[in-house]
Amino acid sequence: MKKKIGSLVMATSLTASLLMSACTTGGGAVTPTEPTTPDEPAVVADDPAPAADGLIKVGVVNNPPSESGYREANVKDMEAVFSEANGYELKTAYSLKNDEQLQAAQGFITEGVDYLLISAAETTGWDEVLKKAQENGIKVYLFDRMIDVDESLYEAAVVSDMAAEGDTAVQWLLDQKLDEYNVIHIQGAMGSDAQIGRTGALQKQFDDGKMNCVVQQTATWDEAEAKKIVETAINSKQKFNVIYAENDGMAKGAVAALDAAGIKHGVGQEVIVMGFDCNKWALRELKAGNWNYDGQCSPFQAQIISDLIQGKTTASSKKIINQEKGFDATTITDDDINTYGLGE
Amino acid sequence: MKNKLKQIFKGGLGQLTIPLIAIALLVIFNLIRDPSFFSIELMHNNDGNIVLAGNLISIINGASELAVLAMGMTLVTAACGGQDISVGAMAAIAGSTFVKVLKASPSITGITVVIAFFAACVVAMLFASFNGVLVAIFKIQPMIATLILFTCGRSIAYWINGGATPTVESPIINAIGGFIPGIPVPTPVLIVIAVAIIFALAFRFTSIELFTQSVGINGSAARLNGINSTFIKLLSFIILGACVAVAGSIAVGRLGLINHETILLDIEMDAILAVAIGGNSLGGGKFKISGSIIGAYVIQMLTITLYAMKVSSTDVKAYKAIVIIILVVIGSPVIKAKFQKLMNRIKDNKRKVSVKGAE
Repeated sequence: MKKKIGSLVMATSLTASLLMSACTTGGGAVTPTEPTTPDEPAVVADDPAPAADGLIKVGVVNNPPSESGYREANVKDMEAVFSEANGYELKTAYSLKNDEQLQAAQGFITEGVDYLLISAAETTGWDEVLKKAQENGIKVYLFDRMIDVDESLYEAAVVSDMAAEGDTAVQWLLDQKLDEYNVIHIQGAMGSDAQIGRTGALQKQFDDGKMNCVVQQTATWDEAEAKKIVETAINSKQKFNVIYAENDGMAKGAVAALDAAGIKHGVGQEVIVMGFDCNKWALRELKAGNWNYDGQCSPFQAQIISDLIQGKTTASSKKIINQEKGFDATTITDDDINTYGLGE
Repeated sequence: MKNKLKQIFKGGLGQLTIPLIAIALLVIFNLIRDPSFFSIELMHNNDGNIVLAGNLISIINGASELAVLAMGMTLVTAACGGQDISVGAMAAIAGSTFVKVLKASPSITGITVVIAFFAACVVAMLFASFNGVLVAIFKIQPMIATLILFTCGRSIAYWINGGATPTVESPIINAIGGFIPGIPVPTPVLIVIAVAIIFALAFRFTSIELFTQSVGINGSAARLNGINSTFIKLLSFIILGACVAVAGSIAVGRLGLINHETILLDIEMDAILAVAIGGNSLGGGKFKISGSIIGAYVIQMLTITLYAMKVSSTDVKAYKAIVIIILVVIGSPVIKAKFQKLMNRIKDNKRKVSVKGAE
């Protein structure tokens, strides 16, 4: 009897955990429920045929919000802009896996959405699906990430220019007019778009000899690792006056190491602290003067796409660069924190 | 004294020989490279406390989470002959619970921190006993059983707070991960000492050490002798759960934030390595917790040494792997037996020589 209960509990907990893992890997992917029969004529329309209730049907294929703070803000932004109040019917599919995303996109096409918005997990493999969308008169917008396909297959791509983001930050640093720049450079996961863009601008300064690279290490977005790197630099008596961390978490890790060693940082202090991502908590550190600069890769593309769909603006080119912001501790306001900050 | 030295050279320290030699080599290497490597200073931190600083402190402080996890991992390894690979993911869950409870309370006081820690403990123990039930009752291979939580644990951690990097601001939390005002030793180090003392007391006053060993060596024989091997295995997982909660809470305290994706990432592998470097058999049976603790410090010292040498952190893992392969191979029974043979032959030769000399 005891064993029976034990195994029952076991079985339920197992199913529960399996369900959990299924949900997370699938990211709650929306799978199409009504596959159309091949005989059914494809809906071909130049301008979007409004749904019966007058709502514009939008299918969004995205990465799951659990991926990062960036994605969380991105998903929330999409949900807020493409709401029923704004005249949209939103269908979403989240997955980190390209094949699952492709399936979801396929599903949206057969379901008959008017617009397909895609932030792809991988840049390849999208040709067939986008062609099919075009045949069905569905307009495609890419956001956040580019796809390796012919430009004619999509209306426009609203993306971030990571290199510009790095340039903005480094230009800000140059504007501080320090006598010398001894930089500890903490990099993100090597090879990621954000790392390449944020490293590029600074690396150029190192190569030109305008700034000294004291330490350049990747902490792969890990706060604790960043702390270790800065701690080691302090222990081996390296001289530095700038911390350039490629995201907020790593900047926080670096600052923890400075605090432990009694090194003053922030506005008007010994060490300048720079971070990226603009989490709300990080912007509050900025406001308090503990950090100096925070750069943002804007996750807010929904409004731009909505304006394009409703014809309020027209795209001058296929690639639309989303405006990036960078905040200075001396000028940041509470409004900035509420408007542009990510998370809580 | 001379005898003791002789004993050390004969490997008389048993399984602790290899980890101790490893530490000694790392210390000597660092002293040659940079004589001031281990210098310790007293300095003021930004909160105005007088604190200890230096590479040695960084090493001992930084290995805290690993040391705590290695202690728990040793028990699981000994009792079940397998490892729990989900400790990193479970630490993310425990840490998230810790943060969740702290954020739910209107103000963070000593009592709320204690409550939050107990909540984290309970949650971690529940998840650990899920692993334990799979292993002890359903006799599933530990690595397979814990693969489930390894895969989905960090997502569960995300659900708990529903945000990417929730933060908690409080001097008490800072004290847990940093320094208690007036005490120059980092708090995580004190926590490790406390956990080690608890283990030592448990081994001294209960039969858990003996029972765990006998279950690990031969479960059926242990059962025939009246030891409930299912319970012992389950207990080892639950104890590991408590260790996970401690490690997760320390990690949260260090930065006052939790990133469910990166907190204690890959720590399970380091914890298993610490157990292995400590000379414990990964197949279960006899064990020494002190070996695993030393193993944890060996790993941390290696990492800090490589950082100090400005080895790129992407390469650190590769160098670490090389050193660890050497350590594990030297510690393997095959090499040990060969070494013993060699020693015997040298001894024989000496005897022959001295016999000849006498003639």
